[in-house]
Amino acid sequence: MRPGSLSPLLIALLLFSPVAADAASYKEERAALIEEVRIWGKRDPPPGKRSFDEKVLSALNEVRRHEFVPRNARDEAYANHPLPIGHGQTISQPYIVALMTDLVNPEEGDVVLEIGTGSGYQAAVLAKLVKKVYSIEIIEPLAKSASERLDRLGYENVETRLGDGYYGWEEHAPFDAIVVTAAASHVPPPLIQQLKPGGRMIIPVGGRFMLQYLLLIEKAIDGEIVTRQITAVRFVPLTGQH
Amino acid sequence: MHFLLTPVFLVSASAIAYEILLVRLLSIVQWHHFAWMIISLALLGYGVSGTVIALARRWLEPRFELAFSASALLFSITMVTCFLLGQNLPFNALEIVWNPRQFVWLGLLYLVFVLPFGFAASCIGLAFTCRNQQVGNIYFADLVGAGFGALVVIASLFVLQPQQALILLSATALIASAGFMMSRKLRPPAGWVIGAGQVAWLLVLVLLFPADRIELRISEFKGLNQALQVTGARVVAESSSPLGQLTVVESPVVPFRHVPGLSMRSSHAPPDQLAVFTDGDSISTITRVESAPEQLGWLEDIPPALPYRLLEQPKVLILGAGAGGDVLLALHHGADQVDAVELNPQMIELLRDRYAAYSGRLYEDERVRIHVSEARGFVTRSGEVYDLIQVGLLDSFAVSGSGVQSLNESYLYTVEAMQTYLEQLEPGGLLAITRWLKVPPRDSLKLVATLLEAMRLNGAAEPGRQLAVIRSWNTVTLLARNGEFTSEEISIIREFARQKSFDTAYYPSMPPDEANRFNRLDQPWLYQGITALISENASRFMDDYKFHIGAATDDRPYFFHFFKWRVLGEVLELRKRGGAGLVEWGYLVLAATLVQSLLLGVLLILLPLLLVRRDWPVAEGGRMSAYFFLLGLAFLFVEMAFIQKFILFLSHPLYSVAVVLAGFLVFAGLGSHFSADLEVAFEKRGFSAVVAAVAGIVLLVLSYLVLLPWLFAQFMGESDAVRIAIALVTIAPLAFCMGLPFPLGLRYAASQVPGFIPWAWGINGFASVISATLATLLAIELGFTYVLLMALFLYVLAALLFIHLGRDRPVSSAQKCYLD
Repeated sequence: MRPGSLSPLLIALLLFSPVAADAASYKEERAALIEEVRIWGKRDPPPGKRSFDEKVLSALNEVRRHEFVPRNARDEAYANHPLPIGHGQTISQPYIVALMTDLVNPEEGDVVLEIGTGSGYQAAVLAKLVKKVYSIEIIEPLAKSASERLDRLGYENVETRLGDGYYGWEEHAPFDAIVVTAAASHVPPPLIQQLKPGGRMIIPVGGRFMLQYLLLIEKAIDGEIVTRQITAVRFVPLTGQH
Repeated sequence: MHFLLTPVFLVSASAIAYEILLVRLLSIVQWHHFAWMIISLALLGYGVSGTVIALARRWLEPRFELAFSASALLFSITMVTCFLLGQNLPFNALEIVWNPRQFVWLGLLYLVFVLPFGFAASCIGLAFTCRNQQVGNIYFADLVGAGFGALVVIASLFVLQPQQALILLSATALIASAGFMMSRKLRPPAGWVIGAGQVAWLLVLVLLFPADRIELRISEFKGLNQALQVTGARVVAESSSPLGQLTVVESPVVPFRHVPGLSMRSSHAPPDQLAVFTDGDSISTITRVESAPEQLGWLEDIPPALPYRLLEQPKVLILGAGAGGDVLLALHHGADQVDAVELNPQMIELLRDRYAAYSGRLYEDERVRIHVSEARGFVTRSGEVYDLIQVGLLDSFAVSGSGVQSLNESYLYTVEAMQTYLEQLEPGGLLAITRWLKVPPRDSLKLVATLLEAMRLNGAAEPGRQLAVIRSWNTVTLLARNGEFTSEEISIIREFARQKSFDTAYYPSMPPDEANRFNRLDQPWLYQGITALISENASRFMDDYKFHIGAATDDRPYFFHFFKWRVLGEVLELRKRGGAGLVEWGYLVLAATLVQSLLLGVLLILLPLLLVRRDWPVAEGGRMSAYFFLLGLAFLFVEMAFIQKFILFLSHPLYSVAVVLAGFLVFAGLGSHFSADLEVAFEKRGFSAVVAAVAGIVLLVLSYLVLLPWLFAQFMGESDAVRIAIALVTIAPLAFCMGLPFPLGLRYAASQVPGFIPWAWGINGFASVISATLATLLAIELGFTYVLLMALFLYVLAALLFIHLGRDRPVSSAQKCYLD
């Protein structure tokens, strides 16, 4: 619900305590967003599941997304679409963040590598679910602002650095999961090497504002690699019988 | 008299030149089809100016000199200032699916660019209205000026930066304004104000002329800007031509590593590269070669290496050589001879001059021959046969994935193109094409459908036995063989795919369970699709498939168009769940453009016209309005269809635009010039000149539909000059006829209902705005032949209307008083 639809009494309260009311209204917007994601997740569940994992949704619900978008876009922080964050980068559509997080099967004791910190939002969501998140950003101003933001918001189990994600983060490898936030022309072989057997890597493929599909890379216990192209929605390209 | 015609000529020349230049500028800062949309709506300025003149006619007529000079000066000023303003608006084309605010920015962009076109059109419209005795001559100067402007601006872009061309165009309009004012000795104080404005603006232009004074603000979401965000990345070279702006970027800290489809099993480090961006996007890379090409191991691990496993020391033709990736691949695999065809000479210069050493003197290797040419034209003309013809993957995935290129015509991927390629293959030779993989598959299936159709037309009994397809996680490589694949070849293909963890998507008699092993799709869509396309059920499959994957042809060369209206509802619903990528939005943007131009046209042009006092009978006004509307539609339909038809013959889209546009405008101008004399001559014989002109148009277009393919085939091998001459000779009589109906209509109005002239101008402008967009939509859906036939229908309707003009106010021809 947006402030405009609140009762007059609430509006009066808002006038007197703008900060608290702001937070309250974001909380409501966030809850509404999560509900939207939950419902759609039931309609189009991740492969092999019936809905989004509840712990993923509650992680999303705990992260204050409005802190991760530019100040002038805060009124859209809880709309279910991507937003520009400067430097030609975007913060992903919340639905896609939920899907990507769900697809890497995060567990409490996991160590996760993220390539492309961006605003830090995906790292923050993962931080609620796993033991440690390492995140690398290639663009200096973004790396700096994300690191400050994550510190300020108290995400102590996220470590970020500026650098080239192609070679992963050797000293903390292997990782239970790797989340790459933007696709390159090929999957970096060093990242595959730093993935634990049984681990998963997820990469969104497509334009900045338009996902084509998600690439899920699974490393079997014997090291064999299988990739799966997952469309975010169940879209059968064919009608009729063939 | 030339004191008026010269400024009209200059204004008209700069207006069309500005239009062409804006397409270039906006293609660099935004994307091509948004450039198209913004400009086609900005042309509303033509219609709006007609309306303004109609409303203010009584005030303007006695002040014609002042109004003309002021309009030309304002045209000159707004050409530059509106571009600067426009590129500072925070419009983001990619976000338009999500953010309704983008429509506000887009609307503002339209309005900004309406201004310059509006002022340019005011000059011409004022001349028509206030000097209506000279309608034929003014129209002549207008059209010849436009033709001249189109040629000169394209030629000048080979030597000037687009920003500099902008300043020179502005200066041209300024000369028109100053020249006209001086010839008329405008009285103070108005004359002084305009004179001071002219001098001040001249100074600004002189200051702005150096190329670096106007910075092009490229969208931050284009590949070039994305690359430049990375620490250490910088631009090391730039060059510009009407074919595109090339920007070379080096990124020493975080290398580019652009190797599409590289096997996940590859143990070879990707090479050092420089990136070359065309118009700020479409990355192509120059690879650093320090050792012999044979030692670059990663060239074994990419899908396009497959054909080299099947051929020994092949003679190779590469279509779209770009920065040389495929040439390197061919040399690495021991090609005997490599013919590399590239459209953009500046791309070749980069590799031959500045980066010759960096690229290991790739383009100087004795096995390599470089040809600057359009691919189709080269294949047809050269007549040589090859063991391998390879079509490069030159569009970037981001561009392909966002669907912004869905309106681009491509003559590389049509049935006729495939037929030509296949005919130039040695027995056992291969055609290899690599595309990005979309999920669910679109271009890969469309390519298969196009190839199969070409093979059938070339006489293959079982085209499916000549086809093999492999895919990595993000690319698809198709092989078409001249003759059926042998079982040894199929073993080699399977083994290559297995080694590199690529999947076979199709080969003759492939077991279905082999289709989805390493890179798994929800379903083996590609295998199922290709099998269906080979089967007898192909047409039903294409009908039922939710994307348009029917073969692209030269008549409908929209290879990147996959959109079907019936999936729109479903996709809009899926958008919030990550389904936005299922639609090629370019097509929808075009449809939206049509709706917007209709609405805005009605609002800005037609409704205000109702305020003008009308001193003519309603039915007569209706007929005249319809007449000028139909002419506006039909003229551009023919012009656009001819630009398309001549792209192949003239071997270059730019030559085609320049030659066809200039040809049509100049010869239509000539028609206009002789329109008065012709009318008298025809009247004497009891004919209407309009009917005669339309009869000429119908006969010529119908005969061209039959004759042009033959003519093209006969003269395809001739030099550029000969082909351009042939193009002009074919266009001349048609354009001459097409130049008649508009001035004849205006002359009729001038003699009978002078108050209607601004109406005619406005309505014609309105129709032209809709026409360009409508012609493209019709061509996508039905083909250019249909667009031409449609134009003929519109011309015939217009002629019928013209015959019926004056019915409510019977005037014998003898009574008509022609003012010339």
